[in-house]
Amino acid sequence: MTDIAATPRPDGGLAALVRHARYVIGENPVTGFAFALFVLIVLAAVLGPHIVPYDPLASDTAQALKPPNAHHWFGTDQLGRDVFSRVIVATRLDFFIAVASVALVFVVGGFAGVAAGFFGDWTDRIVGRVADTIMAFPLFVLAMGIVAALGNTVQNIVLATAIVNFPLYARIARAEANIRREAGFVEAARLSGNSDWRILAFQILPNVFPILVVQMSLTMGYAILNAAGLSFIGLGVRPPTPEWGIMVAEGATFMVSGEWWNAFFPGMALMVAVFCFNLLGDGLRDMVDPRRRT
Amino acid sequence: MLTMIAKRMAMAIPSLIGVVVVTFFLTRALPGDPAAYFAGPAATPAAIEQVRVKLGLDRPLVEQFGRYVIDLAHGNLGDSLTTGQPVLTELRTRLPASAELTLLGLLVSILIAVPLGIVAATRPNSLIDHACRVVSTAGVSLPVFFTGLILVYVFYYLLGWAPAPLGRLDVFYDTPPQVTGFYLIDSLLARQPEVFVASLKQLILPALTLGIFSLAPIARMTRAAMLAVLSSDFVRAARASGLSPFTVIVSYAFRNAMLPVITTLGMVFSFLLGANVLVEKVFAWPGIGSYAVEALLASDFAPVQGFVLTMAVMYVALNLLIDVLYGLIDPRVRLEA
Repeated sequence: MTDIAATPRPDGGLAALVRHARYVIGENPVTGFAFALFVLIVLAAVLGPHIVPYDPLASDTAQALKPPNAHHWFGTDQLGRDVFSRVIVATRLDFFIAVASVALVFVVGGFAGVAAGFFGDWTDRIVGRVADTIMAFPLFVLAMGIVAALGNTVQNIVLATAIVNFPLYARIARAEANIRREAGFVEAARLSGNSDWRILAFQILPNVFPILVVQMSLTMGYAILNAAGLSFIGLGVRPPTPEWGIMVAEGATFMVSGEWWNAFFPGMALMVAVFCFNLLGDGLRDMVDPRRRT
Repeated sequence: MLTMIAKRMAMAIPSLIGVVVVTFFLTRALPGDPAAYFAGPAATPAAIEQVRVKLGLDRPLVEQFGRYVIDLAHGNLGDSLTTGQPVLTELRTRLPASAELTLLGLLVSILIAVPLGIVAATRPNSLIDHACRVVSTAGVSLPVFFTGLILVYVFYYLLGWAPAPLGRLDVFYDTPPQVTGFYLIDSLLARQPEVFVASLKQLILPALTLGIFSLAPIARMTRAAMLAVLSSDFVRAARASGLSPFTVIVSYAFRNAMLPVITTLGMVFSFLLGANVLVEKVFAWPGIGSYAVEALLASDFAPVQGFVLTMAVMYVALNLLIDVLYGLIDPRVRLEA
């Protein structure tokens, strides 16, 4: 039960996976904690707008810039909006940006990488050249340039975040596909008359899949930071939309005059989310590939 | 050694070509018509047509690319729409501010991360090892602009130790006569110790912010590399020969562990150059990052393009430098070349 990707599962895949997951979580309580945190974030993203005590956009100037108190747990901002409600409601948008960009690069980067590793030759050269060119830029700077050129929208933030992550996925998928292209089960499939594309889809992809899923959770944290950084400098999300990066940017002015809660709570939310994804990624990697455990 | 450097420089050429092609296509990709975009919102159709001809946008794409490359070779990055100044001049005057901040940030990060990693590796699973792991995980999870703001709040607002986060030098002081563009060095050259202290005070918080952000990869890599080296045979032999633990760790183990650490510096620079933009915004630092951000918000594209190009070229050059440094430290790399 060391390598679930390669060993056959006689008693049903799902049951074994759940048992293994329970074992790993029991072994490493930090992963369990991260998973609980993840569930909480998903709940906030799904239910957010329905459970918050105040309308995140409703201003109340009589209550402007009040420190945290019994009514406003995280205080109120310069327009008297409830910071707690805004932080919770923002979860959905930040989570959406991260999931969408990671899913996009998972499909495109994963497929390009697998094709490069499996076919080799010019496919490999093209994918490698594209990845190298992206890697020649400092990643955040490239993301800035892309959003500036394509236009200042949330879709373009998603696209830019996906593009800067492309080399990572393509390289991992390429390496994993490359070591399997001559493997026994691939040879067997080829001898029984399967076409290249069929082998790619049914033999190679399922084997590379778990490794890429781990990469997904490891890059989720980076995707959130990237998107929040872009909106912090004024790209993508526009006020008054609640979003963590832009809330920190708006609260920044008040930090020097002592109204810390405006920037502090959205910043903490960002940190907790990124921390959670990083821990979860480490845990998932242990589950899929115990050899790389640190 | 020289052949190795020449070979490595030749390898950087495809990267540079890629960078130029990408920045060229980023201008092509402007939403809507680039000519209308550069002519401004109030332009008449005739004026837009004039801009189109002036910018050469009516020519075939290949010819446009050729012109773009020729302009670049002449150092022409276009003019900023908002200030009317050539982009290259502005980037050149602002670059030292960014470079001083980034390099000091890297220095802070190395000074904290390397000893931390070494100590953590010599005492695995001790309190300090766990502390190292927590600090480095927290470091990557903290958004860099948030760290900066927290530092400002604590050290400027609460404690009053740091000056206001507004630029490179307090308004009471004159800028030192420019030699290198680094205020710390220029003030020393001009024998103005009070200016040195004042500019150092402005630098500490932003440099610390960058340092905390880039701490994690360096500390982790130092720890891992030291752990691997410390369990190797030559370290055992050195220990068995009765050398002091300090000599074993510093001159036997650490010199070998440095190699993977230097390799990670490439990735660290990618993070640092990006994070620099955010830190410059938090501390109102007059560098190229804040120049690009201002231009972005004004939809002024030429400075942004120049900025992306400058950063990418610097990054390629830094990676080149790291590889050369690697060859200098490790003779084996030289032999392979």
